[in-house]
Amino acid sequence: MLLRHTTDKIIERKALTVNPAKTCQPVGAMYAALGVHGCLPHSHGSQGCCSYHRSALTRHYKEPVMAATSSFTEGSSVFGGQANLLQGLDNIYKIYEPDIVAVHSTCLSETIGDDLGQIAAKARTDGQVPEGKHVVVASTPSYVGSHVTGYANMVEAFVKYFANKTDRLIKQVNVISGWVEPADMRELKRIMGLMKIKSVLLPDTSDVLDTPMTGKFEMYPKGGTTIPEMVSMGDSLHTIALGEECTTLAAKALDNKCKVAYTSEDLPIGLKATDRFINTLSKIGGVSVPDSITDERGRLVDTITDMHQYFYGKRVALFGDPDQLIPLTEFLLDMDMKPVYIVSGTPGKVFEKKMSAMLAERLPEAKFKNGPNADMFLLHQWIKQEGVDLIIGNTYGKYIARDEKIPFVRYGFPIIDRVGHSYFTSLGYVGGLRLVEKMLSAMMDHQDATCSEVKFELVM
Amino acid sequence: MVKKKDLSKGLPDPSALMDEIMAKYPTKIAKKRMKSFVANDPSEDQEIQANVRTIPGIITQRGCTYAGCKGVVLGPTRDIINLVHGPIGCSFYAWLTRRNQTEVPDGGDNYITYCFSTDMQDENIVFGGEAKLKDAVREAYEIFKPKAIGIFSTCPVGLIGDDVHAVSREMKAELGINIFGFSCEGYRGVSQSAGHHIANNGVFKNVVGNVDRPRAGKFQVNLLGEYNIGGDAFELERLFEEAGMTLLSTFSGNSTIEAMEYSHTADLNMVMCHRSINYIAEMMEEKYGIPWIKVSFIGAEGTAKSLRKAAEFFEDATLTAKVEEIIAREMKKVEAVRTKVLPKTEGKLAMMFVGGSRAHHYQDLFKELNVTTVSAGYEFAHRDDYEGRKVIPDIKIDADTRNIEDLVVEKDDKLFREDLVAKKAAMLNKGYAFSDYEGMMPEMSKNSLVIDDVNHWETEKIIEFYKPDVFCAGIKEKYVVQKHGVPLKQLHSYDYGGPYAGFEGAINFYVEMERMLGTNIWKMVDAPWKSEPEIVGSFAFND
Ligand code: SF4
Ligand code: SF4
Repeated sequence: MLLRHTTDKIIERKALTVNPAKTCQPVGAMYAALGVHGCLPHSHGSQGCCSYHRSALTRHYKEPVMAATSSFTEGSSVFGGQANLLQGLDNIYKIYEPDIVAVHSTCLSETIGDDLGQIAAKARTDGQVPEGKHVVVASTPSYVGSHVTGYANMVEAFVKYFANKTDRLIKQVNVISGWVEPADMRELKRIMGLMKIKSVLLPDTSDVLDTPMTGKFEMYPKGGTTIPEMVSMGDSLHTIALGEECTTLAAKALDNKCKVAYTSEDLPIGLKATDRFINTLSKIGGVSVPDSITDERGRLVDTITDMHQYFYGKRVALFGDPDQLIPLTEFLLDMDMKPVYIVSGTPGKVFEKKMSAMLAERLPEAKFKNGPNADMFLLHQWIKQEGVDLIIGNTYGKYIARDEKIPFVRYGFPIIDRVGHSYFTSLGYVGGLRLVEKMLSAMMDHQDATCSEVKFELVM
Repeated sequence: MVKKKDLSKGLPDPSALMDEIMAKYPTKIAKKRMKSFVANDPSEDQEIQANVRTIPGIITQRGCTYAGCKGVVLGPTRDIINLVHGPIGCSFYAWLTRRNQTEVPDGGDNYITYCFSTDMQDENIVFGGEAKLKDAVREAYEIFKPKAIGIFSTCPVGLIGDDVHAVSREMKAELGINIFGFSCEGYRGVSQSAGHHIANNGVFKNVVGNVDRPRAGKFQVNLLGEYNIGGDAFELERLFEEAGMTLLSTFSGNSTIEAMEYSHTADLNMVMCHRSINYIAEMMEEKYGIPWIKVSFIGAEGTAKSLRKAAEFFEDATLTAKVEEIIAREMKKVEAVRTKVLPKTEGKLAMMFVGGSRAHHYQDLFKELNVTTVSAGYEFAHRDDYEGRKVIPDIKIDADTRNIEDLVVEKDDKLFREDLVAKKAAMLNKGYAFSDYEGMMPEMSKNSLVIDDVNHWETEKIIEFYKPDVFCAGIKEKYVVQKHGVPLKQLHSYDYGGPYAGFEGAINFYVEMERMLGTNIWKMVDAPWKSEPEIVGSFAFND
């Protein structure tokens, strides 16, 4: 057994986290910053954090992940990291020549109390930041929130820094995306295209973390939201914020700064969440939904009706981030599956509120928990108490899946043992179809591998 | 395809390349970086700057002290609960990512697949985290009943004044199991290296010597600095067992805490990764009189040489005969594969920038494949790993080094092995070398470029200059280098392959290089129409 010490006996914990279903803020800030064109993320702290965050993102995307660090010494830990950041910025602009440096803090610099805004201002006056170049800062202490919070903070920082209101209104919609894959960002843009809605997507990691092999390394790949695009967000008609935990901060900041009203929607995962997204787009853009999208929807519903028997009543355990888990739970319920166990290490009230609203009536036996001590160890213990038919979550779930012989669908961050997540979308109706296919394949492969020879089926 | 350099007359002088690299840096930075570059000349004593701070803003390969302590040294031991005291990330990233394999007997403990953290929240930062840490230790004990718990400090811990050592002592008394702490906050040192040292100190103080046990064999040895990435340790365990040497304890691949506890009953310590573990070897010699030798089981030749050297120490005809028998048998297999893959590897160029010993050891494997190492360097080594242990007395002790406790070790009157001291003296007379590490540079060719703590900019420039056929580094560098059209072999994680140690390991590596250096996929990078003339005037259906 890989997790041989996990039993069904649950002893209440208040201090110990075992097998977390979250990680720390800066990795989210780094990911978000990679979705801005010509931007180099910078980790203000010891170099270990930066090394870990780059490694984590690299393993997931199998792409270059460039970021710099302030490389704190014991001295900086005592006297503050200002000197390190000033020197760091100077070196970065001279050696790596980015348009933007997106600085996020770490637990260390936060504990010391470094004021990033003040240091960045000093760098500008002292001349470490060349004319026309930008430093954007976000405070991302990991003893608050999770990787999701870091993403939200960084996106907010970009909006606050760049978005600008002039007296001309631009007929475009801002789409602030939660933490999704490059393929998902591409899909969002494709949907806007089909709807004939002009939009700005922030951040946008397509063509950054899924770049083609050309034999040439590009420090700043062609993708990413550009500076003029971010500036123009202040003049847009409206903002759609996808995924509450990841995007509300930025949407609010934009509303406060530039009076661009926003609508908060779940990430378009599965049928109903995508329906709501398309509806909102259609209303805000004043456009009707093209037949091509209605057909995509139809194909998804068609497949679910074709294969409904394989979904019906199946018990599922899920772990990951609130913004994904909420619409995914809804999708499973709509297919008559039973998402019985759900955990997320990310704290926040949104999860609790939305899960209760969905599950109280439709699946009262479901257990769900988020925040401190809501970890994969607990999830596994629940599974030990009463089993499930499917597990959905990041790569770490494979240890539970193998021990318990349960079909497993990789979904979320990080996925470090398979490819595809960054190339094939799981958003929208097309992405819904991919999720359906993945779940079916996992469960049916399991059936094929484990059923008796008598019950082995040719046609399924 | 890129045109290859003609190296038939030796490696080119890299001076111009060095100047070009430095030209991009601000003057002060250039001056500092230049000292970490050496155009190698093995006939001379050259000095390289190493183990100094990475410059802020520079995109480095390096990690932190915590990574070296928890991740590298303590990570591979399966039955200690490694509890990370800090916010969640540090523990999360060190969770299973180093690929330490372990073979657990039925009913044995294995916590390698688990990740433990106190997940500090802001109130713990403001009001202190000791209470939460104690609760976490109690909970870990209540749920898992482990033999031992190690507590690892991450950056905020030192700053807010949590005393992990006091908590360890208190909890040890309360729970009655071995509990020990490490002040391995990420900022403590220049790199992972400081963490190795801190881990060595902690293990030596709190673990080594705790259990005495009767001799289990005639020839008792420890293997130090072998972390069982990809199953390397399994290969070596097999070899030692067949030869008739008893491998008491490996620090720390596939290990248990108990094996470390009785490791002081060995007759000889063999040191693989000099950088990460030489401290324990030195301290064990001071306290127990156990001598150490440098070995390398990377490469078939190195494996044979190291096995012979270990056997020679015991001056036993049967042992020597057995070792020779194994070498003869294994070398035959190795040679067969080597001859088969040589046509694919012969004359190719390699570069390696990794770790604190692998950038040296792997050059041996490449030599066996007739691949030239044109440039190499370590990520976190010290001058002695480049220039040999003879420079240790000359190494400047800076503030960063002073930060790390230098344990005062006293002779253990009861357990000290005078017999080993006498044996060492006698062997020395016969020309047998102890505590012998010559470093990487004397073994590299003239004009090869040695770079310490290579960074992103430098990596780009040397790829452009040398156009290597294979580049060895870690996960952060992997896809950066490959986008240049050059395959990268990870020498931390082995790209999820291996083992590469011992004879079987050498064979695996040969085959891996045959694959990497022989594949046609790199020739397909350009789309065919890129080399066709542009088509003007078309029959495309325009609307
Ligand atoms: S110190 Fe904080 S920011 Fe750094 S890895 Fe640990 S949790 Fe993340
Ligand atoms: S916080 Fe410190 S200990 Fe943790 S990863 Fe960062 S540098 Fe290392």
